[in-house]
Amino acid sequence: MTTLAFTLVLFAGSILAGLLGSLTGLGGGVIIIPLLTYMGVDFHYAIGTALVAVIATSSGSAAAYVKEGVTNLRMGMFLEIATTIGAVFGALLVASKLIPTPIVAILFGIILILSAVNSWRKKPEITEQVCSKMGKRFKLTGAYPGPDGPVRYGVKNVVGGFFMMMLAGIISGLLGIGAGAMKVIAMDNIMRVPFKVSTTTSNFMIGVTATAGAFIYLQNGYIHPALCMPVVIGVLIGAMGGSKILLQSNTAKLRFGFSIFILIIALDMIYKGMTGQI
Amino acid sequence: MNTKTIKDKDISLIIGKILRCGVYLSLSVAVVGGLIYLVAEGNHTSVQHNVFIEKDENLFDLITDTLRGVAHGDGLSIIELGILLLIATPLTRVIFSLWAFNQEKDRMYVVITLIVLVIIFVSILTGFGG
Repeated sequence: MTTLAFTLVLFAGSILAGLLGSLTGLGGGVIIIPLLTYMGVDFHYAIGTALVAVIATSSGSAAAYVKEGVTNLRMGMFLEIATTIGAVFGALLVASKLIPTPIVAILFGIILILSAVNSWRKKPEITEQVCSKMGKRFKLTGAYPGPDGPVRYGVKNVVGGFFMMMLAGIISGLLGIGAGAMKVIAMDNIMRVPFKVSTTTSNFMIGVTATAGAFIYLQNGYIHPALCMPVVIGVLIGAMGGSKILLQSNTAKLRFGFSIFILIIALDMIYKGMTGQI
Repeated sequence: MNTKTIKDKDISLIIGKILRCGVYLSLSVAVVGGLIYLVAEGNHTSVQHNVFIEKDENLFDLITDTLRGVAHGDGLSIIELGILLLIATPLTRVIFSLWAFNQEKDRMYVVITLIVLVIIFVSILTGFGG
């Protein structure tokens, strides 16, 4: 295969990955890793490329969300302490080879399954005004624009949420993904933040979390420009297309179908890790 | 209280702009580099990237090498510059937040933002170890 053909195949695959990631709500970076692995690219390069793609997609969509005023900037910054510590730790775990690559691949499959299952759950809208002492002390309460003026909300279990975020950071640094689903769980289920705020704020945090891990990947040679160029551009185009489709149609069935597809990929990654093919 | 919410809104708008400009700028650079790379090497047999070559290069050397390559018009170096700009985008947002929280005289959040910056700085320092 010539370099041109290889780049074009990668580009087309990345557009599909971006589309799929955006339609299922998992993010394009996650699907890049199996895509590259199936094309025979080494797993280290796969996670490095995915992490760069994650920075691009999350920054792109965060830019739009931040303007609407739903993102809680203070909560994001506060929890970024946890996610960046986790990401540095996770990236160092891979770079120092403390965790063998097959184990990382198996872990990736498990996280992929959890994320896919999580995307099926119906999210109840939380509008609790109560706020814990910690939440007040760190000024984490907020309000977002609703149809009848600003909707105020409180925050609970700050410590629990903080530790869950640290775990999300470790996963992000370890696997080169945004770990958006885990961030949303930390904010939704533990801190009881409204769904709208948790999704946008988690997206906002992914960029900085990924950047902390990216510096370690970069200095260890995980990030290869020849792979990143077609992948990052392709994923962004796919993600933009996906968000347009989401706005137009009721995509519940489509999403379900795609998440079954993702489950199969996840099981295959676990199988490949277990049989030492990665 | 009212003036404060307006200020928070301005901060959101500027952060949105930083992120959008950063993504556009870095991707434009990467596209230019990509075209140069493909024109120069598109017909060669592809490196399949199936063997991982580990590097141990610190960020400073990486940036100097990249800039030297860019000066020679090397496609891959120009893509690398785009990647560096992309990684710098969220970092720029954090540095801007530091300035903004300081303007709001929110000392607690100045400290929180500084902690995040220190952690990112530590991640850069790990490359200087060996």
